[in-house]
Amino acid sequence: MIILLVILIISCFLCLYRAGKGPTVPDRMVAIDILGILAVGVCAILGYILNLHFFIDIALAWIFIGFIGTIALAKYLEGRSLND
Amino acid sequence: MRKSVLFIVTFILWLLLTFTLHIQFVITGVIVSLLTAFLFGNMFVKNWNKVFQIKRYLWFLWYLIIFIWECLKANFDVAYRVLHPALPIKPGIVKAKVSLKTDIARTILANSITMTPGTLSVDITGEHIFIHWICIKDENLEVSCQEIVDKFENILARIFE
Amino acid sequence: MIDIAGIIIICVGVAFDLFGCIGLIRLPDVYNRLQAATKCVTLGTCGIMFGIFVLSGFNSLGIKSLICIPFILLTSPTAAHALARGAYIFGVRLWDKSRMDEYKANK
Repeated sequence: MIILLVILIISCFLCLYRAGKGPTVPDRMVAIDILGILAVGVCAILGYILNLHFFIDIALAWIFIGFIGTIALAKYLEGRSLND
Repeated sequence: MRKSVLFIVTFILWLLLTFTLHIQFVITGVIVSLLTAFLFGNMFVKNWNKVFQIKRYLWFLWYLIIFIWECLKANFDVAYRVLHPALPIKPGIVKAKVSLKTDIARTILANSITMTPGTLSVDITGEHIFIHWICIKDENLEVSCQEIVDKFENILARIFE
Repeated sequence: MIDIAGIIIICVGVAFDLFGCIGLIRLPDVYNRLQAATKCVTLGTCGIMFGIFVLSGFNSLGIKSLICIPFILLTSPTAAHALARGAYIFGVRLWDKSRMDEYKANK
């Protein structure tokens, strides 16, 4: 299980590389969005290894926070305000 | 009627999320579910008599089976393209016709197209959907574009319309 | 027996996550990256959740990870759709070797 966690964290670093290098702004936003979904997986595996059940609550909240953040940033990219 | 069904659904979801039958959690759940039901009950289900037709649920199960199968195929497709040393991609944006009318059916159609092999829905305007396709087939372009949409459209029309 | 099945499902999920992130590095423009990363990471994370449900059974960890699956399947493609549309309107061009662009006429 520890090896799986290490592979997931390596994928997180690949995402961070894209977020740092990405030539345009949407590239960075895609990388951050994907990083959020990877973090959900990390939280779930960590909760199973340590046998702490509240980690899955963090994962469940992280899904929605990532979704709302991505939608707001996408609307900002389109050049519209948030209330239409 | 709508509000009571929404209340029951949200209360069951609350019980599954807290996963305990302590009295304080149950009371909090009742209060929060009542608040949700009164605030959002009006936008829950538009057309009420569609909910009780058992045929729609059977079609929904069939849709789930097809969706999971396409999802697995899409993942192996992406893994092949990414790990191939020469990157065999020919990307482009194509368009296809959509005939679904209700909002939820169009949303689920766009989500399904995003999860099928090699396609990503970019925009829906009126009757057309614009699809970013990672490997365009050159022969019979119109027919193969329409095939992407038709695979799900028939089932979704039977579920939601 | 059931432990081995769960661990295999989690392994497949983690492998798909890694492939999605390699795609995020290797592919040439933002639409292709979005496509590879969204598909692989969504199904990979769903696989991890289902594997944890198989491993831990019907207790609070398993049930909650099962509830996570439909939420991920609903939110992640929607976010990808919004990002693709936002990137096009923001002015990111397609890759140089792209075949066609039928969206430009409609903008």
